[in-house]
Amino acid sequence: MIGSPFILKEHTSVRFTMIKVMAALVPGTLAYAWYFGPGIWISLVWCSLLGIGFEAVALVIRGRPLQPALTDGSVLLTAWLLALSIPTLAPWWLYMTGMFFAVVVAKHLYGGLGQNLFNPAMVGYAALIISFPVFMTQWAAPTTLANIVPNLSDAFDLVFVGGSITPDAYTSATVLDSLKTATRGGHTVLDAFAQPIHGLIAGKGMELVAIMYLFGGLFMISNRLITWHIPVAFLAAIALTAGVLQGLDPAHHAGPLFHMMAGGSMLGAFFIATDPVTACTTPRGKLIFAGLAGFLTVIIRTFGGYPDGVAFSILILNTAAPFIDAFSQPRVFGHAKGVK
Amino acid sequence: MISAIIVMAVIGLVLGSVLGWAELFYRVAGDPLADKINDILPQTQCGQCGFPGCRPYAEAMAKGEADINRCPPGGEPGIQRLADLLGVEAKPFGEGVAPKPKSVALIDENTCIGCTLCIQACPVDAIVGASKQLHVIVADLCTGCELCLAPCPVDCIHMEVVHETVNNWKWRYPLIPIHQQREAA
Amino acid sequence: MSGKVYPIPGGLHPPEHKTESNAKAIIVAPLSAHYVVPLRQHIGQPARALVKAGDSVLKGQMIGAPEGRISAAVHAPTSGRVVAVEARPVAHPSGLPDQCVVIEADGKDTAADMQPIAWRDLPPGELHQRLVNMGLAGQGGAVFPSHVKLATGGTPIETLILNGAECEPWITCDDRLMRERATEIMQGAEIMRHALGAKRILVGIEDNKPEAAQAMQSACEQLKLAAEVTAVPTRYPSGGAKQLTQLLTGLETPSGKISTDIGIQVFNVATAYALQRAVELGEPMLTRVVTITGHVAGPCNIEARLGTPIDELIRLAGGDLAETSGHVIGGPMMGFDLDDTASPLVKSVNCIIAKNQELFPPHPPAMPCIRCGQCALVCPAVLQPFELYWHAKSKNFAKARAYKLFDCIECGCCSHVCPSHIPLVDFYRFAKSEIAADDRAKLAAEGARQRHEFQLLRQEREKKEKAERLGKKASERLDTGAVAADDPEAERKKAILEAAIERARQAKEAVHAKNTESLTPDQQHQIDEIEARRQAAPQDSEQQA
Ligand code: SF4
Ligand code: SF4
Ligand code: SF4
Ligand code: SF4
Repeated sequence: MIGSPFILKEHTSVRFTMIKVMAALVPGTLAYAWYFGPGIWISLVWCSLLGIGFEAVALVIRGRPLQPALTDGSVLLTAWLLALSIPTLAPWWLYMTGMFFAVVVAKHLYGGLGQNLFNPAMVGYAALIISFPVFMTQWAAPTTLANIVPNLSDAFDLVFVGGSITPDAYTSATVLDSLKTATRGGHTVLDAFAQPIHGLIAGKGMELVAIMYLFGGLFMISNRLITWHIPVAFLAAIALTAGVLQGLDPAHHAGPLFHMMAGGSMLGAFFIATDPVTACTTPRGKLIFAGLAGFLTVIIRTFGGYPDGVAFSILILNTAAPFIDAFSQPRVFGHAKGVK
Repeated sequence: MISAIIVMAVIGLVLGSVLGWAELFYRVAGDPLADKINDILPQTQCGQCGFPGCRPYAEAMAKGEADINRCPPGGEPGIQRLADLLGVEAKPFGEGVAPKPKSVALIDENTCIGCTLCIQACPVDAIVGASKQLHVIVADLCTGCELCLAPCPVDCIHMEVVHETVNNWKWRYPLIPIHQQREAA
Repeated sequence: MSGKVYPIPGGLHPPEHKTESNAKAIIVAPLSAHYVVPLRQHIGQPARALVKAGDSVLKGQMIGAPEGRISAAVHAPTSGRVVAVEARPVAHPSGLPDQCVVIEADGKDTAADMQPIAWRDLPPGELHQRLVNMGLAGQGGAVFPSHVKLATGGTPIETLILNGAECEPWITCDDRLMRERATEIMQGAEIMRHALGAKRILVGIEDNKPEAAQAMQSACEQLKLAAEVTAVPTRYPSGGAKQLTQLLTGLETPSGKISTDIGIQVFNVATAYALQRAVELGEPMLTRVVTITGHVAGPCNIEARLGTPIDELIRLAGGDLAETSGHVIGGPMMGFDLDDTASPLVKSVNCIIAKNQELFPPHPPAMPCIRCGQCALVCPAVLQPFELYWHAKSKNFAKARAYKLFDCIECGCCSHVCPSHIPLVDFYRFAKSEIAADDRAKLAAEGARQRHEFQLLRQEREKKEKAERLGKKASERLDTGAVAADDPEAERKKAILEAAIERARQAKEAVHAKNTESLTPDQQHQIDEIEARRQAAPQDSEQQA
């Protein structure tokens, strides 16, 4: 007994939405694999398997049917986002811990898809960076800088067996790390930028991955999967905050462009802050939400203890999203301006 | 150590007096609780709760002298609302008390002798008519309390269940396909 | 030819499916063997039956009189004999039966006397009184009695809007009507403008109906009528009254108000056509054009008399094809499932769509809401449908109301785009009707409480009066002041209250019997009816009693 409308829009389903978002991630992922070696495929596949496994276990424990939730694609997207946000070539249990926190704690303890307060991938990320900071700084170096570029089977060994190659040979710090180290050590931004890891604007390789994410994001906007509000406000706030800081003290603060391209900015702007479940939903709310998140990102990067602030700023704003929404309801048709 | 105790004590005193003052300042005259309870009761005035009408029952509940599960016309939702208001657990109806479908009284037009006894019995003035005239129950006003049945000397009043019509029909809670239903359970 | 079009929020463009039925000219349905005429075909109070089984009626004879202010008359569609006045299945989302007058046609189709109305001689604001018994009701879907809408008073009407948008998929009855009978429609519009004293006429037609717009334009030229025919973008729900108003004038109808409050009156084109017939020919509303389409052999538009059984109309459209899985009344976005095809055609039915699995696939299972906001993007009322859904689902009606549930026009856009396939609109309908029922119950309880308290007061007063009378007899010196001395304040208040009540009571009781005071016309009518029946009943039963 379901009434009108009797016709539903074709090709719309949660699964289809998730697939389109993942499609938007493909260029970024390909660029990632190109610049940082094939290790990303191992972590992607491993995280996906873990995600499906955890999801299934959580569903069974909660007494829910498996099929609809497992096939909606949401857990795969979470897995993919987590894999792209943490270093490749880390031990297998690191991914496992991250996915556990993402799927079981952040998603299912809150009631499953649509009910979670926090972005699952970011919860996984935060749990890892708090618990295992060392592993989380061992990023695969760009292939042009690494002494050894592990091929697929090396990567498999590194993840699951723990190979004999020392991490120094294939990892490097990220630009954000080197910036932090430099400014902490009393050096200037220019010193940090002189490091080989620094490319044209931000991290070598990473800046191109970021541009690919940008393209993916534009694809999502043109496909009406997301609206422009969050990415634009997020990036604009990053640029503004970074610009002000740089204006105050050019020697110790990197500029707007750097902050927009470095670390998780692009991924966060288009793929993580826009997670509809945990973000604000009203147009004005989205602007406030993403604006504050962007501001906090730069603040955490500059003054906080962790190199990147995307995850934490988004998690903090996740808690505020319902309140921001409540106070930013759009004017309903036929209601006078200013009347709530 | 001693200074800490003193500080705590002072804070306690200050907060306590603020609370006490607030209690005095915001106190509402009359018996707001009984009013609030009365607002929830269906005002059928049937007396099935054992009180002569809804208001006395509300007052008894406000004083804590009566249980919340004694008003059949209010049904389960009524109990739930009372429980929410009073901050207690909802409970099922007691022995022998059960809600009935909403009914209205009907007077057999050809039998009524116009004795006015039912008019006097009806707590909500739902019966119109004058002495020796036919009496009519205004269906919209009748609360279905059944108090008029007994006094009628010719037994011409009976209750009729109010059926669903195009007029009072309500949309149902959407029936959701299988897996969500289980989720709701 | 096109006037200015203003932007409106939300909306979408589902597959149109107009070509199935819009190519063929309107078919006039032949006389049917019997007609079932529901007394409730409009918003408001149902009509009161004027006939009983056995009566013979003429075509156009009023068989149900309007009851109360917002109501419309119903008329016999042909001449014949009334076989029953009883509950019959009708086209209603509930599937519940409703009171109908069943007429057996005699085949002669003898018409009652019908007199045209010399409308040009009537000053504005008077025409509507002549139309009260014409049974006109809006044919766009809301079926609001037209004579009420043509009454003036309140905000003067500046603008008359004719709604020919017909934005729902599949439906083409207004399209065909405009193509074939534009002159009559525009004459109707002229009458409306005169009745309302409106200054200008705007006609809104979606730009997927160029032929209709062309026909309307030429009709205006031919009649030398200064009306602006505007092509509005094909974007559902442009035909919503508030939406079309905004599209054509840029004005937003305030929440909880109707367009009349901002000096605009909106009529469907088919209503203008019916009005023209009522005024120029004196013919009450007897027919309407309805689209029969979907999974039928020959989709078409049929001009049929109200009361024609729907299965007969389907037969005229070639009948259902194999594997028809049901019928929709109205459009696919806002219509409802028909339970019984024996139900009659009524004033509100603009379309009947036969369903099959392919055209109307079964609703996929619903998933949890992912707050994707797709629904909010298309909502023409700028609501946050997922918030409404959340609160309606958890039966938190106060919250749903706070999120402006009652500004939802139930257009179905949100359900249409929801990737989780949640039947959102069903939740809103559920919540709305629960809230409405709750409000009714509260009102009834409040009334019951007041009457009960009044009764208690009255009883007490009567008791006291009695005591006083006795007291007075015993001692003439005792006056009310002395009685009140015990508790001066309370007694004084009570005395004032009682004095007021007493005055009111005396004023009424002077002429009325006890407890028949303050009856609504409706209740009075109920009583009269029973009295009448009682008069008719055999005398002995009364003596027995
Ligand atoms: S049982 Fe009857 S009298 Fe008592 S509260 Fe309920 S409705 Fe009122
Ligand atoms: S008419 Fe009878 S049943 Fe109805 S309210 Fe009055 S006493 Fe109760
Ligand atoms: S379209 Fe559906 S899933 Fe998306 S926010 Fe609206 S109700 Fe939720
Ligand atoms: S049905 Fe209501 S909530 Fe949904 S789109 Fe239409 S107006 Fe908005």
